[in-house]
Amino acid sequence: METALNISIHVLVAFTLPPLLLGVINKTKALFAGRVGPPLLQPYYDLAKLVQKGSVFSTTTTWVFRAGPVVGLATGVLAVLLIPLAAPAAPVSFTGDLLLLAYLLALGRFFTAAAALDTGSPFEGMGAAREVTFACLAEPAFFLGLLVLAKLSGSLNLAGMLGGSLASQWTTAGASLALVVLSWFIVLLVENCRIPFDDPNTHLELTMIHEVMVLDHSGPAFGLILYGASVKLFLFSALIVRLAVPVATGILWLDWPVFVGGMLAVAVVVGVVESTMARLKMTHIPILLVAACLLSAFGLILLVR
Amino acid sequence: MSEQLVLLGLVVSAFSGVPGLFVNRRSNAGQTLTTGLAVIGAALGLIGVGVFWVTGDATPIVVPWNIPGAEFHVAMDGLSALFLVPICLVSLLGNVYGLGYWKQSEHPENGRKLRLFYGLLTSGMALLVIARNSILFLFGWETMALSAFFLVTSEEHDQEVRETGWIYFVATHVATLSLFALFALLRAVSGSFAIAPLDPAAVTPGVATAIFVLTLVGFGIKAGIMPLHVWLPSSHAIAPSHVSAIMSGVIIKMGIYGIVRTLSLFPHPPVAWGAIVLALGVVSGVLGVAFAIGQHDLKRLLAYHSIENIGIIVMGIGLALIGRSLGRVEWVILGLSGGLLHVWNHAFFKALLFLSAGSVIHAVHTREIDRLGGLAKAMPRTAICFVVGAVAICGLPPLNGFVSEFLIYLGLFSTLGIDGGPSFAGATLAVPALALIGALAAACFVKVFGSVFLGSARSEHAKHAHESPTSMIGAMSVLVVACAFIGIAPVAIAPALARAVSSWAPEFGDASARLTALAPLDKISVMGVVLVGTLAITGLWLRSRLQAGLLETNSTWGCGFTAPTSRIQYTSSSFAEMVVGLFAWVLRPRTHRPRDLPLFPQHADFHSHVPDTVLDEAVLPTFHHGANLFSWFRVFQQGSIHTYLLYIFLTVLALLFWR
Repeated sequence: METALNISIHVLVAFTLPPLLLGVINKTKALFAGRVGPPLLQPYYDLAKLVQKGSVFSTTTTWVFRAGPVVGLATGVLAVLLIPLAAPAAPVSFTGDLLLLAYLLALGRFFTAAAALDTGSPFEGMGAAREVTFACLAEPAFFLGLLVLAKLSGSLNLAGMLGGSLASQWTTAGASLALVVLSWFIVLLVENCRIPFDDPNTHLELTMIHEVMVLDHSGPAFGLILYGASVKLFLFSALIVRLAVPVATGILWLDWPVFVGGMLAVAVVVGVVESTMARLKMTHIPILLVAACLLSAFGLILLVR
Repeated sequence: MSEQLVLLGLVVSAFSGVPGLFVNRRSNAGQTLTTGLAVIGAALGLIGVGVFWVTGDATPIVVPWNIPGAEFHVAMDGLSALFLVPICLVSLLGNVYGLGYWKQSEHPENGRKLRLFYGLLTSGMALLVIARNSILFLFGWETMALSAFFLVTSEEHDQEVRETGWIYFVATHVATLSLFALFALLRAVSGSFAIAPLDPAAVTPGVATAIFVLTLVGFGIKAGIMPLHVWLPSSHAIAPSHVSAIMSGVIIKMGIYGIVRTLSLFPHPPVAWGAIVLALGVVSGVLGVAFAIGQHDLKRLLAYHSIENIGIIVMGIGLALIGRSLGRVEWVILGLSGGLLHVWNHAFFKALLFLSAGSVIHAVHTREIDRLGGLAKAMPRTAICFVVGAVAICGLPPLNGFVSEFLIYLGLFSTLGIDGGPSFAGATLAVPALALIGALAAACFVKVFGSVFLGSARSEHAKHAHESPTSMIGAMSVLVVACAFIGIAPVAIAPALARAVSSWAPEFGDASARLTALAPLDKISVMGVVLVGTLAITGLWLRSRLQAGLLETNSTWGCGFTAPTSRIQYTSSSFAEMVVGLFAWVLRPRTHRPRDLPLFPQHADFHSHVPDTVLDEAVLPTFHHGANLFSWFRVFQQGSIHTYLLYIFLTVLALLFWR
């Protein structure tokens, strides 16, 4: 009974909350800039509007252009079912589910970038090249973090790695965990194309990454992309929240509110980072990503020395 | 029974090209006959493997042979059966593909030769994987190596082809020379040329190390392990595509077979061996894909990916060796079954990719990626085949590449010692390396797929592309099905893998139950189906929304630029520029860029090129110096048969007195 309830809440939260995170980030940025800013629920209004709209397709494109948004969202939706949120285990959990998580996201990236190239636009090619290049450095950082968690928990599934024992591990191996949190936060920023890697609000196509890849999409397909991007943000934030706030009392009405609060807090932190930092020079991005790898690697060395 | 079937298939294959030699070289009758025979031969081999899997009994065939030390000894075991599958399947499909790709009437000068050696190549490989005597093994090995040489040099009227063939020839004979030394050493410690497990007491550490090094060099050259890969990229690039498919898919796996078989002879390998093999795998994997991303020749790029995938396979083998040294059965099972499954997977998706590349070349007559583009419209079937191969080679679900990488990852993670057992933490460094390899491969295949099939055509040829004939598409479709089947239902092949693991390390007993217990193969199937289902539902939803709303077509948004041409597209070189920059320390790209541009635009040109660092900066200089050093030796090499007869006479005389 409790499991069924947990799964229902998981699905409900994972599929309704993501756009709110975008709203919170935008609201935080508006506060910093001294503006009122768009309403918190603006991303939901945008989605509703896009779904109703017609579409424009370039004559250059093929089925791949339409497959991009579909694969991007479908992989994100499946991936979010693999991550434990506030319940002890995710709806889907098995040995090695962490690998499926990483590779599902890679599948989404593959088709998003391919769809960008399908337009034949130089700008979209540029965005796709940046996206896949930065992923090459983000992926090892993510896996090094997974190694730390596997070593600490003695488990090879996400439920065990992000499970209840994390709270006690913060006292014994806090340094390693802190390094992983930091490293994964950098991964979150680059995977979701936030400042300092990419500015979602920029209007100069030459400097964009994610936004320029989806420049030609419109209507419902663009709605899928927007929603898919927010699910991806949700997914990485959930990992950080589970790591940093390992509250597992087993009491439903306590754990879930703490989790949702944690998610909103991560969104606020992202907003703060965006408000207080400038974006990096494109050539400096790999350096920061290598630093993220090294942070996780130090975390691992502390454990296996 | 299974041995007889395989031998029969092998003989049919070997002679499949012979009847064709007697048919008019400009008619297509011969090719049908030859292909029919080759298909029968390969099918017999596959049936033999099937019989072995079902019945499980092997009845070795031993026939005395009058060569000293040799005997005709063939036997089937889990490992042989596993390697026979790609040999037969890829050969069968390659032959069928050749019907449309290399029509006898279009290639009267070399079509018959190509088919003859294709059959011989298949039989050589089949012989070497079932041989249990090292001299018989070498017969199979050399049949394979020489047939491959004639296949690579199919278009020998081309200077580039002859030069590449020459490099291949030298490399393969350096490998064979190492194998001579290797088998001589094995003979010295075991007392016979039989390929059988060694008595650990009889092998001193020095000899064992020598055997290990010779194995890595001899078989490593054939497998294309970095830095012994120098022959591989250009031979794969210049060979006809169905030859490239079998070279990359199967021939280099014979090197892997040799490594696996030889190392299986040592029940207690030193732990350093496993560490070295694992490190070689990491180097090969990362650098292979890094070199690949810098290429702009479609087939050369695919060839570098072979080096990468060999690296992944070797990582699995290294992990299994470490496990065998330390007595950790789960590392052996996960590492070896992952590596061996990757042998299959790479054979299937790489053959698929080379055949798709061949389909492209058939249509547009160029391998230059930067001259292609937009082919998905004219060649939709080829595009789908290629994208399936691309997703599979990147290790992405729900296709087969994901399953084998999954097994290797699980094995590498468990070297952390998470279940309380001993750990080998150094091996975990391979985890981020494998992640890096996966991400780089994805980057590379987005680049290739995008530049070749998407966007708009970059040359006149590409504009007038056409879809390939059914024989080619049919052969590719079978491989698509194979990739999807292993990806969705890996449980079905687990028994074959477990059998191979058991014959590699018999001391751990039957691995079948353990493999399914260690790796959640059933969950991979479920998630694969769920993924396909989710994709379908999302796709159908989008389709219904698109039908409901207003649809408009227009040209691509060019940020206000209203006269876009195909030349403003991102090329494959520009796409790869950032990654090549990250790896510039080893790739050493040669770039020519315009300097001191004047105020007003003028003609300018830019080109960049990633040569093979090892070949250009190590191997060729060494050989040049060697040639200079040994030039005084030419006194003895006058090209006169009489003198050579004298040398032989003198040698025999000397040997007589020495005895």
